[in-house]
Amino acid sequence: MAENILKIEGLTKKYSERVLLNNIDLTVKKGEVVVILGPSGCGKSTLLRCINALEPIQGGKIFIDNDEITAKNAHLPLLRQRIGMVFQSYDLFSHLTVMGNILLAPCKVQKRDKKEVMKEAQEWLERVGLGKKANQYPRQLSGGEKQRVAIVRTLCMHPEILLLDEITAALDPEKVHEVLNVVLDLSKDGKTMVIVTHEMRFARAIADRIVFIDDGEIVEESNPEEFFTNPKTDRAKQFLSSFEYSNDKVGAE
Amino acid sequence: MPDLGLDILFKGNNFMRLLEGLFVAFKISMISVAISIPLGLVVGTLMTLNNKILKAVFNIYVNIVRIMPQLVLLYIVYFGASRLLDINVSGEVAAVIVFTFWGTAEMGDLVRGAMISIPKHQYESAESLGLVKSQVFAYVIIPQMVRRLIPLSINLITRMIKTTSLVLMIGVVEVLKVAQQIIEANRVSSPNGAFGVYLVVFILYFLVCWSISLFAKYLEKKWR
Repeated sequence: MAENILKIEGLTKKYSERVLLNNIDLTVKKGEVVVILGPSGCGKSTLLRCINALEPIQGGKIFIDNDEITAKNAHLPLLRQRIGMVFQSYDLFSHLTVMGNILLAPCKVQKRDKKEVMKEAQEWLERVGLGKKANQYPRQLSGGEKQRVAIVRTLCMHPEILLLDEITAALDPEKVHEVLNVVLDLSKDGKTMVIVTHEMRFARAIADRIVFIDDGEIVEESNPEEFFTNPKTDRAKQFLSSFEYSNDKVGAE
Repeated sequence: MPDLGLDILFKGNNFMRLLEGLFVAFKISMISVAISIPLGLVVGTLMTLNNKILKAVFNIYVNIVRIMPQLVLLYIVYFGASRLLDINVSGEVAAVIVFTFWGTAEMGDLVRGAMISIPKHQYESAESLGLVKSQVFAYVIIPQMVRRLIPLSINLITRMIKTTSLVLMIGVVEVLKVAQQIIEANRVSSPNGAFGVYLVVFILYFLVCWSISLFAKYLEKKWR
């Protein structure tokens, strides 16, 4: 049996009196791609932010391998190096070039050799189709290009697990593809990923497992084929039907 | 053509003396800005902590700077402080003290604004890459802030250079004072000298401040 990279036990997150996440249990195995779906505001982004300790939590434990990230004495910077996170708004550092953005953490945090990291970064950039952009500044790139750089920046830290938080939500529709193709490619490499997305076809194509969250609780957990063709719960059915358009107009004429 | 009295400028080393006076003005404002920037960074950072007492103190401070004419501040430091504390500050030092007092308030406000304007996500994405707090500031936040601040602080320099025309009132021999001296000394030989000499002073101020603000514009464009 493959080892668990991520283990969440009884995670509870409240914001004043409102419960955002209620008693979440989730494990992710090495090499597994888990896609989290759910209506907006259901807490799926919050869940990812909790895994990276960007949000204080009110109950439960989160482990990366066997190290508890929620422990009081956890060395967060060290643990975060092992968790790669990509955000919806790319968040490249605007004063650095593409290469500068990628090099910063490996060189300053992991103290790796600059030449070696540069070589690796260049290989990644070429792989995601940005080989010629290394010396450009973020403002010179399109949204899709920025997001691919953000992914490379995270990958060069060699994280054990990648968290992707609605990475295509801010992109023009025609740019979504170029970013998602990169992610599909990574899944073929066997990267462990937890993905929050609104792209249903992408979710179906990439997921090993779908976790459906509603109202801060895991409502359904199943393989993608089953989830999309035959959801078990009414809430999941309702959610999936919201992505279809009825043809009322034609019928009315 | 009427006699503009420009001939005085070429008497002796009059023109050099004007340039030296301009340099004094430039020096006072540069030193003041150089001290104001680090102090302003500290003050501005403290302001973002949202501490009520600090905020109140800073508000009083900023308002004093806004309300008090710079000349009054100069008099307080130059005449008042030397009597009260029994220390003898030179006019130039008094000017640097007052301009720094003023510059720190303005820089503090600019720094506060720049810090607030940096999105939360910049901190988060840096932290999620494993940077510790001090690295987040050193490599991500401060470099971005400096880029926003430099054009603004250059504008502060030009305003200070203009305001140095007040320091002749506390005995500093800067460009305007030199101009007065030249005009006085030549009152008999060229009575129209005032126009020509002040015209040159005007042009000198203009050249310095204009080129500095061109530089600020250039930086602003380069870092946008």
